[in-house]
Amino acid sequence: MAILIKGGHVIDPGRVNGVADVLIDQGKIAAVGTNLPVPAGCTTIEAKGQLVLPGFVDLHVHFREPGFEYKETIQSGSAAAVAGGFTTVCAMPNTKPVNDNQAVTEFMIDRARTAGLANVLPIGAITKGSEGKELAEIGDLRRSGCVAISDDGKPVMNSLVMRRAMEYALAFDLTVVDHCEDLHLAEGGCMNEGMISTELGLPGIPAAAEDVMVARNLSLSELTGARLHLAHISTAGSVRMVREAKARGIKVTAEACPHHFTLTEDVVRGYNTLAKMNPPLRTGEDVQAIKEGLRDGTIDVIATDHAPHATQEKQQDFTEAPFGIVGLETALPLTLALVEEGVLTLEQAVDKLTAAPAVAFGLKKGTLAVGADADVAIVDPHESWTVDPGKFKSKSRNTPFAGWTVKGRVKKTIVGGRVVFEAPAAERA
Amino acid sequence: MSLKGKHLLSLASLSVDEIALILETADSFKEVSGREIKKVPALRGRTVVNLFFEPSTRTRTSFELAAKRLSADVINFSPSSSSVVKGETLLDTARNIEAMQADIIVLRHSSAGAAETLARGVQSSVINAGDGWHEHPTQALLDLYTIRERGLPFQGLRVAIVGDVAHSRVARSNILALTKLGAEVRVVGPATMIPFGIEKLGVTVFHHLDEGLRDVQVIMMLRLQLERQGKALFPTIREYARLYGLTAERVKLADPKAIVMHPGPINRGVEIAPDVADSLSSVILDQVANGVAVRMGVLYLMSGAN
Repeated sequence: MAILIKGGHVIDPGRVNGVADVLIDQGKIAAVGTNLPVPAGCTTIEAKGQLVLPGFVDLHVHFREPGFEYKETIQSGSAAAVAGGFTTVCAMPNTKPVNDNQAVTEFMIDRARTAGLANVLPIGAITKGSEGKELAEIGDLRRSGCVAISDDGKPVMNSLVMRRAMEYALAFDLTVVDHCEDLHLAEGGCMNEGMISTELGLPGIPAAAEDVMVARNLSLSELTGARLHLAHISTAGSVRMVREAKARGIKVTAEACPHHFTLTEDVVRGYNTLAKMNPPLRTGEDVQAIKEGLRDGTIDVIATDHAPHATQEKQQDFTEAPFGIVGLETALPLTLALVEEGVLTLEQAVDKLTAAPAVAFGLKKGTLAVGADADVAIVDPHESWTVDPGKFKSKSRNTPFAGWTVKGRVKKTIVGGRVVFEAPAAERA
Repeated sequence: MSLKGKHLLSLASLSVDEIALILETADSFKEVSGREIKKVPALRGRTVVNLFFEPSTRTRTSFELAAKRLSADVINFSPSSSSVVKGETLLDTARNIEAMQADIIVLRHSSAGAAETLARGVQSSVINAGDGWHEHPTQALLDLYTIRERGLPFQGLRVAIVGDVAHSRVARSNILALTKLGAEVRVVGPATMIPFGIEKLGVTVFHHLDEGLRDVQVIMMLRLQLERQGKALFPTIREYARLYGLTAERVKLADPKAIVMHPGPINRGVEIAPDVADSLSSVILDQVANGVAVRMGVLYLMSGAN
């Protein structure tokens, strides 16, 4: 069934930026242009005054299934994704069991198909059980559908193992993703090490814990020629090193999370467990550096690190509470705030949510080119709304942005030519 | 006059006037502990619960005595072996206690911020009896009381706090209290034991004990957590004792009338030499005695009985 999206402001980064119609047919983008004829039997979506964008691509989500279904399932996570305009999400392997083998990967893909909402693309583990010792069967993971490899929250500390993983991944053209954290330097830490950790008496994670691993990974990428993607960089030091590495031609891409360019460590005051994430919220100077990195292209990608946790887990005291916040349903307005602030152009912002992440993992997504999968987000950039975690599609509510009034709302999300999300009319401002 | 807040969570949130009020209130209770019948009816019918998630003998005993001398009913609850194992959260444990009509909960917990978290969730008044590395307000108050009892004015008072400041709630509370009152505070220790940015709290950092002690009027030694050896904070107890142990020789570098303090329990021969601990300049046992009076003052003010 064909859909014609009429009269919206279409942004397909690097290709289209202006008012146009988008025609979808047979699950693909059939045409983009002005005054497209309306085919017979076609559904028309009026998009005047709205943005028509490629569906967003999130390289970093935790969907918790299998193993932690009380936090999130592939079904609920997919619903949260499309509610936030994300049509493709890459799910980290820190499930239980860890996604270090074909069976888990196939299970996740099967669940995603049943959910029938977003494209959920698993990321395989680098090492068996993410224990940092022996390589997982990376060839099998690739064949069964993994789009990248990472040990995410349990970064590979042994540099030789990391080198071998990078070398081995070359054969499968897989991007190696690392959560850069020296676990020895970070030991026991639960917030950024700085003036506020001193004041609160909380064990700190120094910026250096991230920086030394960024430096190591860049060196190993240079040594091996592997494609490296740095998850959620949060420090001025990381930005500086990635900028320099890119200038020297190292094949590296980097992502930043909305919370790392929106919030500082100040939010932890009062022992707010909703401000506890890893990497931790950093200083104002780090936030500035992240914004500058986004602006000048050092940071290619905006990813959410969507990390659902149950309410009772976040109700524990600060040192006990788990790291992480949900992000899929708030990423768009927080990104658009950077446009409002003049950090990014609208097209740059869209690029970092669509085309750039697709390139980082080599995905055929994030574009409205004719023939591409018809994954589209229709967004009202002006609509203000108040973040109410009670209305999240995610199973979890752990966001520090509850009660914030934000601007920019996903109105419709289309995946493979099917409308999978529509903003409820009652919520329209 | 009374305290502004309903809880006593930190020195950070106490004003100079409130500190003065607590010390003055403690004065009147100090006298009670010297009587033959060590009891006043001020908190008769009130319930105080000592909720100690960390093992502690002296602080718990001190709070217990303080509450009993005020005629409160006291329950000691050490859930470390029971409900924590069953997975109950701090808040749930506290709400259970509150449901039994506790007026004041005295909380000791290994996590920074535990008292603040608890205070947000219960109706009872909460006294922080030590939360992680964060604060130990009644310890700082009894230290202030002891200094004041020795006739030392806080304004311009030179104080050296020696040892593992980074992991010490006693140090944090004392730094906040003493700088508020106009004292000149030094912290002394290897950089492994000095937390990031401590200078911004208005203290001066020394890495050499001899320099740090010069002309100070108060020497406040911190207990060395012996189990931290092997965590790369210090190489051996032997070397720590040599570099940062307070000896009689070193006491001579300080003001001739300087007093030596220690929150206890002391490691004799490690951070403090036995002859110093037992010397006339040592006020370590006065601190213990004053602890009861100060905690009586705090309990009294927080009960709203005044």
